[in-house]
Amino acid sequence: MLRPFTLHRPETAEEACALLAGLGEDAAVYAGGTELLLLMKLGLLRPRHLVDVKRVRGFGEIGLAPEHGARLRLGAAVTHRAVEQSVLIKARCPLVSSVARHVANVRVRNVGTVGGNLAFADPHSDLATLFLTLDATVELVSPRGRRELPLGEFVRGPWETSRAPDEVLGSVALTPWPADTAAAYVKFGAHERPTLAVATALRLDGLAGAGGGVGGRIVDARVAVGCVGPTPIRVAQAEARLRGAALADLEDVARAASESAAGGVDPADDLYGSADYKREMVAVFVRRALRIAAARARGAEPAARFPYAVVA
Amino acid sequence: MTIHVVVNGRPRDLEVVPHALLLDVLRDALDLKGAKRSCDTQVCGACTVLVDGLAVSACTYLAVEAAGRSVLTVEGLAEGDSLHPLQRAFVETGAVQCGFCTSGMLLTARAMLAENTKPTRDDVLHYLRGSLCRCTGYRKIVDAVLAAAEAAR
Repeated sequence: MLRPFTLHRPETAEEACALLAGLGEDAAVYAGGTELLLLMKLGLLRPRHLVDVKRVRGFGEIGLAPEHGARLRLGAAVTHRAVEQSVLIKARCPLVSSVARHVANVRVRNVGTVGGNLAFADPHSDLATLFLTLDATVELVSPRGRRELPLGEFVRGPWETSRAPDEVLGSVALTPWPADTAAAYVKFGAHERPTLAVATALRLDGLAGAGGGVGGRIVDARVAVGCVGPTPIRVAQAEARLRGAALADLEDVARAASESAAGGVDPADDLYGSADYKREMVAVFVRRALRIAAARARGAEPAARFPYAVVA
Repeated sequence: MTIHVVVNGRPRDLEVVPHALLLDVLRDALDLKGAKRSCDTQVCGACTVLVDGLAVSACTYLAVEAAGRSVLTVEGLAEGDSLHPLQRAFVETGAVQCGFCTSGMLLTARAMLAENTKPTRDDVLHYLRGSLCRCTGYRKIVDAVLAAAEAAR
C-alpha cells in the first residue's frame, strides 16, 4: 500500500520545475515509478506530491542533438523498451540497444525510464556504466535555466546526484563512437540489478570488413566499471594501457589493463562479496569484455558465454 | 478521480485515488484475482497484466496510469468457454504445477507472441526472464509457449 499523495502532471519542464520549487521536500519526481514506488511502499520515501514528468514535452523523445554535432539525445522519460526498439539508437549506438534489451526484465523495461534510472543513481545501473563510455552529459532544467554536466559529475554517490531540489533531469546526450570502434558490455548477476558490469570500447585504425582489413592498432579505448564501487567509473589507467597497443598483443595488454582496472575501483565488503573478491572479479570481467570487443574488431562474434552473465 | 479504462474488453469508469495500485484495483474493486501479489518489487512476475498489450507489474503501477487504456488480465484471455491457445498449450504440456505463476506466464507469453510470432527457445527464455516459477517448472512452460506459437502458425 502507498501513502496518499497528490499527483501533478505538468506539460512543460518550466511547470515541472515551478512545482518542485514550490513544493520543496514534499515532492518527488515521478516517471515510470519502478524505483520510486518501491521506496514509497517500504515507507523509505514519503512524498506528499508526485510530479509526473512523462507528459512534459520532449521528455519522451529520442533524437539527434543538433547543437552537439552528431550526438544522440534521449529524453528523460524515454523507456528502456523505447531505447531497445529505436532505429536511430540502433544505427548510432548499437551497444546501447543491446544493453537496453537486457535491463532488468520486460515489465521494468516497459515502464522504467532512462532518466529515472540515472537520477535514482543506484550503483547497480546498466545505463550509467555504459553511458560513461559514450561521454554522456545530462541536461538539468530549473527556474534558473538549463545546465549541462557530465554524467560522472551528475552521479555523485550511491543514490545521490548533483540535481538541486528544484531541478528536473530533462535528457541525456551520448557521443556515438566512430564507426571503426568495437565494443562490448558484460555483466554478472542473478537478479534484476547487475552485481558487476564492464563496458568497453576499442577504436582501431580500421576494422575487419570495413575495407581496411583487420585493424592493427588500438587508437583509443574506453573502460567503465559499474556496481562494485559507490558510483560507476571510467578507469583512466586501464584505458591508457590499451591506447597505442597492437590488437595482436591484446591478450597481454588486456591482462595489464584488467589489473589496472582492479586497482582503480573502490569496492567495499558487502553481501555481494568482499572487496578483494570484487577486485579479482573486475579483472576477470574486464579481460572478458576486452577479448569480446577484440573478437568483434576482427569480425567474429565470440561464442563464449559465462554463468549468470549477460554479454551485450 | 474517475478513470475510464477497458478491462478485459469491457469499458469501465472506476473511481480511484492517485495512490491506488493497479493490482489492488483489479483484485479488490473488480474481484479479478488472477494477478497475484507476491514479491511486490517487480522481480517475480506473478502480478503481470497487459496494459495496451505491454506486460507490466500491476503491483508497482499506479491505477491512474491505466486511464484511457486497455487492461488484460488472465480472466480475459479465454473466449467464453474456449481457452486461449496458450492456455490450452499449458494444459496439454503440463506447464501448470501449483499455478501461482501461471497467469503471469500466460500474459507475458501473450505479449511476446504479439511481437514475435516465431520465437526461438532463447527468445522465450529472454522474454520470460523475471517471471519466476517456484515449482521450477520452466522447461514445460517454455515448451508450452513454443507449442502455442507453433500451433498459431
